[in-house]
Amino acid sequence: MSDIIVAVGLVKKFGDVVALDGLDLRVPEGTVYGLLGPNGAGKTTCVRILTTLLKPDAGAATVAGFDVVKRPNAVRRVIGLTGQYAAVDEYLSGRENLRMFGDLYHLAPGYVKERSQELLERFDLADAADRSLRTYSGGMRRRLDLAASLIAKPRILFLDEPTTGLDPRSRIGLWEVIKDLVADGTTVLLTTQYLDEADQLAEDIVVIDHGRVIAHGTSDALKDQVGGDRLEVIVDGREAVVTAVEALRPLATGEVLAEVADHRVVAPVSGGSTVLVDAIRALDAAGVRVEDVALRRPTLDDVFLSLTGHAAEEES
Amino acid sequence: MSTPTVPMRRRPIIGWGLHDGLVVARRNLIQTIRVPELLFFSIVQPVIFVLLFAFVFGGAIPIPGADPSAAPDASIYRQYLMPGIFGQTVAFASAASTVGLAEDMHRGIIDRFRSLPMASGGVLLGRTFADATRQILVLTVLSITGLLIGWRINNGIVDAIYAYLLLLLFAYTVSWVGSWIGLYMPNPETAQTAGLVWLFPLTFLSNAFVPITAMPTWLQPIAQWNPISSLVLATRELFGNPTGTIGEAWPQQHPFAYTIISCVVLIAIFAPLAVRRYRRATAR
Ligand SMILES: Nc1ncnc2c1ncn2[C@@H]1O[C@H](COP(=O)(O)OP(=O)(O)O)[C@@H](O)[C@H]1O
Ligand SMILES: [Mg+2]
Repeated sequence: MSDIIVAVGLVKKFGDVVALDGLDLRVPEGTVYGLLGPNGAGKTTCVRILTTLLKPDAGAATVAGFDVVKRPNAVRRVIGLTGQYAAVDEYLSGRENLRMFGDLYHLAPGYVKERSQELLERFDLADAADRSLRTYSGGMRRRLDLAASLIAKPRILFLDEPTTGLDPRSRIGLWEVIKDLVADGTTVLLTTQYLDEADQLAEDIVVIDHGRVIAHGTSDALKDQVGGDRLEVIVDGREAVVTAVEALRPLATGEVLAEVADHRVVAPVSGGSTVLVDAIRALDAAGVRVEDVALRRPTLDDVFLSLTGHAAEEES
Repeated sequence: MSTPTVPMRRRPIIGWGLHDGLVVARRNLIQTIRVPELLFFSIVQPVIFVLLFAFVFGGAIPIPGADPSAAPDASIYRQYLMPGIFGQTVAFASAASTVGLAEDMHRGIIDRFRSLPMASGGVLLGRTFADATRQILVLTVLSITGLLIGWRINNGIVDAIYAYLLLLLFAYTVSWVGSWIGLYMPNPETAQTAGLVWLFPLTFLSNAFVPITAMPTWLQPIAQWNPISSLVLATRELFGNPTGTIGEAWPQQHPFAYTIISCVVLIAIFAPLAVRRYRRATAR
């Protein structure tokens, strides 16, 4: 599979602030690629460069094979962009907005009409299509914004924090739409500060901080990097803790830890849910009464914390 | 690989730049209709100016060149005043461009426009077209106000049409200057002020309200070369209104030609500057 977005050594400074500090990216075609990082990490700057809005100070990038600095119009023909803030016209109706952007993409008028209707229906905006955007909720604006970036069926869609500020229901709705798009073959580059969002949507994730890639891989690979699964067992008394540690030792991939005061035993394991069954059998055989048992996968929050030393969603 | 093909429009005869400009102008004009408050106040402001000057200062400003032996006549000042108000009003059209573009940048819609494969002058063409077009309505209302207080078109309809076209050309020209300023604005609030601040000295350092001969001598050359003075003078001549004493400087002697030259030169300077700035403009 070929890489549809390639960025090499991107540097961008704003005065003294180094927004991008030698960023490399390779996005395979037809995937959702997650750019994950805290506020100020450089996500928006990266998207602006890849969508031709900003020129890098150093480094180079191609989108669909076109250099973003030398062939901006060729790039613009194959991309759609939904920025961090809804970039639609307040005073026009939903349909008028889509018509305007369709016209500016130089699409055939008949097609614009058809496609607008299709998108308005798909994004649950058909009833509000002819109302001015001043009557739209935040979620509706976001959806229209996304519809506008899809009017020309772009091969590559850039979504900069698409669900920031959305209520949970709209968020999940938007996730569904993004999944549909990828099923249709669109490549999506998505930035987010929400770890669950990257986890939900993106096959490949790069974690960036201070304008640099600090980790890269699938969500599972990143989690493994932090450490694999952990088995947590709560037993019914202090005495049982020692017995449980002995019983679990053969199943563990590392040192088994005991927190005697909490009656808790934690064992690093691998092998997913079969380990859970084995563990319960082993504990039962050793005569340990179990009050609670759980297999805990590390979340991307754990990944982030271990990589950067600070949590992902804190304001910097 | 999936490369969805979508039906494209054939290249229009007017070219993509003009096509994109008209698309954006349509959007800006729809905005005007949907926010009637804004249009209302942009009309009311010059009307208030007319009434203030006509009824408060009217008798106090003598017009040299008007028959001195005739009885003091407020209607002479009103005839003199109206082209001045027209000139000032179209000059202030530039402020709308400044604020409009600052708002577009602030809302992020400029980012979207810039991510589209459209002509890079399209957004600015649309802005300037729309802001100049709006002046047709403003000039109509102003003219009716003028007629009600005693202003007259004395030279026939053809010259009057030339006068209105010259005013619209000037509105279009200053819209480019205003657009260029707007693209430097950090937010719409600053644009409100910055869009206007340079217009006051420019319009008051002209013959719009007071004859140039009434100004301090050292200011007179500036006022004589001020394109607003030549615009107002040309308009007075075309409407057949009193002109006051005409200065020695070339722009005063050839106001129509000088106004057109000024417009062409200003557009030739500010349109490329604005387009260049637009290519780098980003939200916030
Ligand atoms: N136009 C700008 N002018 C000055 N500083 C900027 C500008 N854009 C971004 N920055 C700075 O660059 C850094 C990266 O910003 P950004 O790319 O917006 O991060 P993110 O999208 O990950 O929150 C931040 O420190 C931000 O303050
Ligand atoms: Mg951002």
